Amino acid sequence: MSVLVYTESENGTFKKTAFEVASYAKAVADQLGTTVTAVAVNANDVSELGKYGVDKVLKVSDDALKNFNAKSYASAIAQAAKNEGTKVVILSQSADSKYLAPILSVGLEAGYASNVMEVPTSTAPFTVKRTAFTNKAFNLTTIDTDVKIVGVSNNSYGLVENNGAAAAEDFSPSLPNSGVNVESVDKATDKVTIADAEIVVSAGRGMKGPENWGMIEELADVLGAATACSKPVSDLGWRPHSEHVGQTGKPVASNLYIAIGISGAIQHLAGINASKVKVVVNTDPEAPFFKAADYGVVGDAFEVVPQLIEKLKAFKAANA
Amino acid sequence: MKILVCISHVPDTTSKINFTDGDSKFDTTGVQFVINPNDEFGLTRAMWFKEKQGASVDVINVGGPETEPTLRKALAIGADSAIRVNTEAKDGYQVAKEIAKVVKDGGYDLVIAGRESIDYNGGMVPGMIAEMVDANFVTNCISLELDGTNAKAVREIDGGKESVSTALPLVIGGQKGLVEESDLRIPNMRGIMQARQKPLNVLEPIGASVETASVKFEKPAPKGAVTLVSPDNLDELINLLHNEAKVI
Repeated sequence: MSVLVYTESENGTFKKTAFEVASYAKAVADQLGTTVTAVAVNANDVSELGKYGVDKVLKVSDDALKNFNAKSYASAIAQAAKNEGTKVVILSQSADSKYLAPILSVGLEAGYASNVMEVPTSTAPFTVKRTAFTNKAFNLTTIDTDVKIVGVSNNSYGLVENNGAAAAEDFSPSLPNSGVNVESVDKATDKVTIADAEIVVSAGRGMKGPENWGMIEELADVLGAATACSKPVSDLGWRPHSEHVGQTGKPVASNLYIAIGISGAIQHLAGINASKVKVVVNTDPEAPFFKAADYGVVGDAFEVVPQLIEKLKAFKAANA
Repeated sequence: MKILVCISHVPDTTSKINFTDGDSKFDTTGVQFVINPNDEFGLTRAMWFKEKQGASVDVINVGGPETEPTLRKALAIGADSAIRVNTEAKDGYQVAKEIAKVVKDGGYDLVIAGRESIDYNGGMVPGMIAEMVDANFVTNCISLELDGTNAKAVREIDGGKESVSTALPLVIGGQKGLVEESDLRIPNMRGIMQARQKPLNVLEPIGASVETASVKFEKPAPKGAVTLVSPDNLDELINLLHNEAKVI
């Protein structure tokens, strides 16, 4: 009957989203008067999960799961859910969890709600608030199946610590033939990703050319932020598509979003709407972004950004 | 090779989003509908397979007659025929189940859908179809090459990309990168005229059940006014971000 949560790890270490979904699962378990069981795949130290309310961890250790595979991972989670008699499965909205969710949904005959923003507003009927129209609206949705799957938007619930301890149990699911084989992974290990970032520094056509991105990267470095860009910038090939945020690009749900030289087209604003605090730097005081931002600087990026870098360095040094 | 491209009929990205009927339904008044952008990247890639590798390309939508202009546009872009499953699309599961039936009956080798629609953002239809028809599945797909029944694809992951090999039958959740923005085709007059003659087959639904139900919509709370900081006083900005917003 426990709430089951899939806690993602990378190279043996839990991702931050794992602790967020564990915290969320604990809140749902409290609503339902039950416990939390986590599924962890090839994670080294699972005891950390106890701190976020997990009571039991099903530890899967299998070299065949070294690379992520949606079908195999979904199968492992489905078997865990069946063994536990789970009625609610909690997932993050990382690229991998979004990939496996629909497969799991069919496997468990469980209704799935994605992009969920908060704990269920009601457990009978089971009702969740999710974003729709790319953050331009919220949608209250009921999940009407016996087993339910909730995909929790990254950085929507946050981390909530508990004083629990997690008991670890080895779990060896039988794995299906995966059908999709990973040939190579190309991932910068030293960079913060847009999905995980607490701060995102994003820049637009106001930067005038790709050669001027050095200061954007430096600002991101000082803040420990990920870099992103507007759609025209990725269409012009100044920056890779993977940095494009907006309605047809990536959604951003960071704590702080800093937009440099981005005017704020409706599609861009939709994509970043879930970010908590927005700062805009733009020469044009009429830029639509000023209507969506919390803080604004009307000024030239080429003057403001270098100054901001120096001042932030001094601030970081003083607060270190 | 038979390709089926799933076409979601969605409000244009510039649309103002409003609701009606006690905030239970999307208000279509004055809204321009388009092919879901993620689907259009997939459709354009499918055209390439048609022209270079001799594939046939059909498009499908689950929806009422109001979605037909969007299917006609897909035909004008170059699809061979269109299928409309004549029922209101209520949730991802129901839509996937209706499409899965067509995929099985039609013997499609490759199904291309967008990774998500830009209206409900469910992101579940392609993965569900794959599981229902027992096909391989790659989502967030930014590159797809076919060689006989073998496929090579690139998937965007958090912070990078992953190259995979797989095989038909295959379902793809596509997005920008599958083709570039500049590769998208604007239908010309000849395409539009031809599209009128192409078959648009209306199928009755199998009556798939739903698993979820949309109850109500809400719009985000209106935003407060922006706090402007002078470019000559950036210390104040840092102060506000640190002490007021508490984000640095």
